[in-house]
Amino acid sequence: MSDLFTEPVLTALIAGAVLSMMPIMLAALGESISEQAGVLNVGLEGMMLFGAYAGFNAAYYLHSSWLGLLAGALGGMLAAVVMVVLCVQMRLDQIVVGVALFLFGEGVTSLLHGAQFGTDYPRIGDVVELKIPALSEIPVVGESIFHAHPIVYIGIALVLGARWMLKSTSLGLSLRAAGETPAALDAAGVDVTRTRTLAVLACGALAGIGGGYMAVISAGTFTPMMTQGAGFIAIVLAMLARGKVLWVIGLSFLFGISLSISTALQLAGIRISTDVVTILPYATVIVVLILFARRSYLPSALALPYFRGER
Amino acid sequence: MTTTPHRTPAVELRGITKAFPGIIANDSIDLLVYPGEIHGLLGENGAGKSTLMSILSGMIQPDAGTIHVNGREVRISSPRAAFDLGIGTVYQHLTLVPTLTVLENLMLGSPAGRLDVDGARARFDELATTLGARLDADAVASSLSLGELQQVEIIKALWRDTRVLILDEPTSMLTPQGVAELQRVMTRLKERGIAIIFITHKLHEAIEIGDRVSILKAGRRVGGLDPEELRSASPEEIRVRIVDMMFGEGASQMEGVAEMEVRVERIEQAAPDREVAREVALELINVSVDGGDTEMSVKDVSFTAHKGEILGIAGVDGNGQRQLAQAIAGQRPISGGDIRFLGESIRRLGVPDRQARGLRYITDDRLHEGTIRDMTVAMNTVLKRIGQAPFWKRGAIREREIDAFAEQLVREYEVRTPSIHTNIGKLSGGNIQKIVLARELAFDPKLVIFNKPTYGLDVKTASFVRRQIRAQAEQGVTAIVISTELDELIALCDRIAVMSSGRLAGIVDNGQDAHARVGELMLT
Amino acid sequence: MTTATPPATPGSPAAVDAPASRGVDLRARLEPIWQAIIPVVLAIIASGLLLVILGRNPFDFYDAILQNGLLTDFGLQQSITRMATLLLIGAGLIVAFRANLWNLGGDGQWLLAAAFVAGLAPSVVESLGDLGLAVMIVVGAVVGALWTVVPAFLKAEYGVNEIITTLMMNFIGIALANILVKGPFLTDRPGVPRTDILPLEDRLPLIGDTQVHVGIVIALVVMVALHWMLTRTPLGLRLRVLGANPRAAVHLGLRPKRLTFIAFAASGALIGMSGAVSMLGDWGSFRADFNPAYGFLIVPLVFLARMNALATIAFVALFAVIQIGGDTATRQAELPTDFILVLVGLLLFFMTITEFVRIRRARRVAFVPRGLAEGVKATAARKGSA
Repeated sequence: MSDLFTEPVLTALIAGAVLSMMPIMLAALGESISEQAGVLNVGLEGMMLFGAYAGFNAAYYLHSSWLGLLAGALGGMLAAVVMVVLCVQMRLDQIVVGVALFLFGEGVTSLLHGAQFGTDYPRIGDVVELKIPALSEIPVVGESIFHAHPIVYIGIALVLGARWMLKSTSLGLSLRAAGETPAALDAAGVDVTRTRTLAVLACGALAGIGGGYMAVISAGTFTPMMTQGAGFIAIVLAMLARGKVLWVIGLSFLFGISLSISTALQLAGIRISTDVVTILPYATVIVVLILFARRSYLPSALALPYFRGER
Repeated sequence: MTTTPHRTPAVELRGITKAFPGIIANDSIDLLVYPGEIHGLLGENGAGKSTLMSILSGMIQPDAGTIHVNGREVRISSPRAAFDLGIGTVYQHLTLVPTLTVLENLMLGSPAGRLDVDGARARFDELATTLGARLDADAVASSLSLGELQQVEIIKALWRDTRVLILDEPTSMLTPQGVAELQRVMTRLKERGIAIIFITHKLHEAIEIGDRVSILKAGRRVGGLDPEELRSASPEEIRVRIVDMMFGEGASQMEGVAEMEVRVERIEQAAPDREVAREVALELINVSVDGGDTEMSVKDVSFTAHKGEILGIAGVDGNGQRQLAQAIAGQRPISGGDIRFLGESIRRLGVPDRQARGLRYITDDRLHEGTIRDMTVAMNTVLKRIGQAPFWKRGAIREREIDAFAEQLVREYEVRTPSIHTNIGKLSGGNIQKIVLARELAFDPKLVIFNKPTYGLDVKTASFVRRQIRAQAEQGVTAIVISTELDELIALCDRIAVMSSGRLAGIVDNGQDAHARVGELMLT
Repeated sequence: MTTATPPATPGSPAAVDAPASRGVDLRARLEPIWQAIIPVVLAIIASGLLLVILGRNPFDFYDAILQNGLLTDFGLQQSITRMATLLLIGAGLIVAFRANLWNLGGDGQWLLAAAFVAGLAPSVVESLGDLGLAVMIVVGAVVGALWTVVPAFLKAEYGVNEIITTLMMNFIGIALANILVKGPFLTDRPGVPRTDILPLEDRLPLIGDTQVHVGIVIALVVMVALHWMLTRTPLGLRLRVLGANPRAAVHLGLRPKRLTFIAFAASGALIGMSGAVSMLGDWGSFRADFNPAYGFLIVPLVFLARMNALATIAFVALFAVIQIGGDTATRQAELPTDFILVLVGLLLFFMTITEFVRIRRARRVAFVPRGLAEGVKATAARKGSA
């Protein structure tokens, strides 16, 4: 057990955690924004897959991981448009459409990939990494956190930027009101539909970047259903975070640790079957819920379509 | 209505018409509102006041007619357009976001980009001083009292350069003192040249507070009084004229008019002297109910109610009345004390058991709690008797019995519905309330709790409901009536209890100065 | 979701005097059938277009589905066998969704039950014979039900959103099933990690001389019983009221906590039964890392059927044919089998859109009362001619 706390193991642990937390953190941020505005996005996984597929293709053909990530954002947004039209504009059931988006996303990306590459899984070339001077010399933390692909830093910046937006701008205020009391927002003269549309599109973009990250940077390739439930984890984290962005970061990090712990354990020479390790993160969530069994904060108007003048 | 020459009205409505499926809410309404004046808009529930107000605040578009603001014809296409025209509205149902702070609520709708917190704070201080309000700008809205919330709403309505302020039934949530305070605020605003439209269904309020009064009935403006007429005539004359305008010539002499919400004078005589039995029906002993983080807790309430008595519970909304009612009904557990009904302790009994013993609860939320709107009228009548004979036998439903029962209730209570198989959500509020009433008063009730039984009902149905309460009392059924309308309680009850901040402030015997005494207790 | 009755206008005197008709007219009765068929047709057309874009022939494709799923002896029997599994899952989803409880953990419940049954069956059936089969089905139901206890408890007591909890239990269940198969239930035989194979003669009896086992009979009986329970019994009504309005459920004295547990347990039990029937009837053994993920796929079908048990039978039958036929058809067209997911996703999309159109059309009826409409027209006419 003492082998667990050696420098290389901890470095690997945290590096792995940072790597694996990124897509979940971004997707969870997107979901949090969407939920705060009152739209429960169950199809997050589908948006991530769209992003992964689009991102992979862009990176593969255009030989640039940055373009890949950008394409990922666009892919996710495309999927989000469906949600916007059906749920925000047409006010149809959010959960049903969400499940559809998830199934459709899985199916279409798998289909298109199969049609494009058959049974091959081509890989993208090597990815670029950034090293921050001085800081990256710090033991453990230095190697894992301050020596990584630039997207990690951009991702963190994005998340903190979103936090500022939510707290200090008019749009952020409108978003928070849209999910709690849309009637108040309407009475204040703000277009509730437009606000929710922006929230869902932002969610799609962020989920798409997350998916793109998984394909372009983590795996280097696209495999059907590669998100493996990451989207659903992100939904759960967003609900647990109760609208607080710092919690999104923290919870994502914890989850990243539990994902990367199997590699770390292997390095430390501790052998546990992968299946047991897989359970860890999900079990942790359940335990947390049981221990702190308060109502997970969900905005009052969540998943309720807004009709002006309706009681 | 005589127009005042030389003065441009702040708002002029001509021929405003608005229809909804099955009903014409506003029928060719003309209205003149002058700056520096309080224009009282009077009408019973369902007369079309809310619709008119929604049109003015930009929520709804009229089907026909024109609107002029300061002499110019305009289209108020959205709430934003209303603000731009200087029209601010204080809605009846509060439109504040509970999870945001006061300041954040006020900043909703700010121009895009970074929030100008300092500027907002300055404006807040300015307006709060004008109103004489003492509020903490950084308090979260859910922590404020109803009176404070209304103050914030008024500040919100005045936030932009407002020239026309609309107040929709603002007094329903205020203590008598609060009403006086509101009047002072309105006077202050009036003096700055702001035009105020004051919507109410209470006659005495319209006359006392309004400089000018317009009367709406069934979607039309049936008459009004200008400042001259209000000043020159005596209160009694004014009352007669208004009642006549509302209900036709000679209506003021009719029996039953005294029942309605149209009294000018406070009631000076006691409710009819009734012989109330001394036998105890319900006894609350030190009952406490935990309201959690979001609702008022009930603390240490004790009282008794006797057979055939009508006991009122007065108090502004949010002082624990609903929680108390739910606890007596069994919907909520009590955290301390005991409840004894007909001699037995019922604190461990669930809702179905209490119902079986004759304890009934008519909720104030008939649409979202008392009925299932997408189920038929017939089904709704038996929802509290699921599984019981004769509606269910040997585990299976017996539709014929249910239908027969429903038909009977519809007949007895004169419910207007296309059929008993219509979804109950399609009925009007009054008819839904009648079904709920019918359902609860069937099968031998012994004690019925009525939570705001006439809220939002038209005059006729409200009167019907009150008569039912009295009729049941005559037969020995105890009634506990929770209401925010003091006039109603005084007309109906033998004794009136007052809830304040979750405690029982006191119980008053109905009589000469009941109004004043109750008002005093509400302040404690 | 209830059928739309033509909106009555409560204010109009004519409506009040109209005779209280017991049923609704024929056209309104047929409407839900239309509502259901249109999305299916649209989804098939849209998928067909997708096939064209991918350079495949949609007619050949759908023909292959029909041939392999329905029109051959073998295909038909396979479809019926698959239907048994799917129907029971549908039943499980219906009972939860009717109470407005989102049981999204069907996969986990199914796999865990299947793992237990597959692992224990060989020894149990060997000793108890046919009685053992019945015992195993019960075991499957119990496992499935137990796996819903945590989400049910958190929801009933603390109001914790069941979407989170069932999803989490889902993933745990999937992993746990694998652990069981790779661990205590692992077969001694070499090869892919799996449970001991249940010998053919020990499996669920077949119907007549077909290859279809009695699972389908069990499933159909369950569906009919479920339908009866939901529509005619007090429990069914209580669940529906809970689903329609939880606040009202409290007020009406329905004990929502107890109902939540019951609904969840029933849901898990039925899904667990499905896993058991599947193992005991066709699969015979549980292979590690095996997850057909039926739980999510049946969700749209249940919605399409408006959560009506009898209608679900029809949709599940259709879907079983598509799944079985599609297995061959996609391989022949050199496409991944995930194509079915596309079809299902499109189905849901078109269903929501069709619902929207229906609501819009219903609102347009009698929007403006006749008198006013005529008055406005007359005024316009006068103004026009002036």
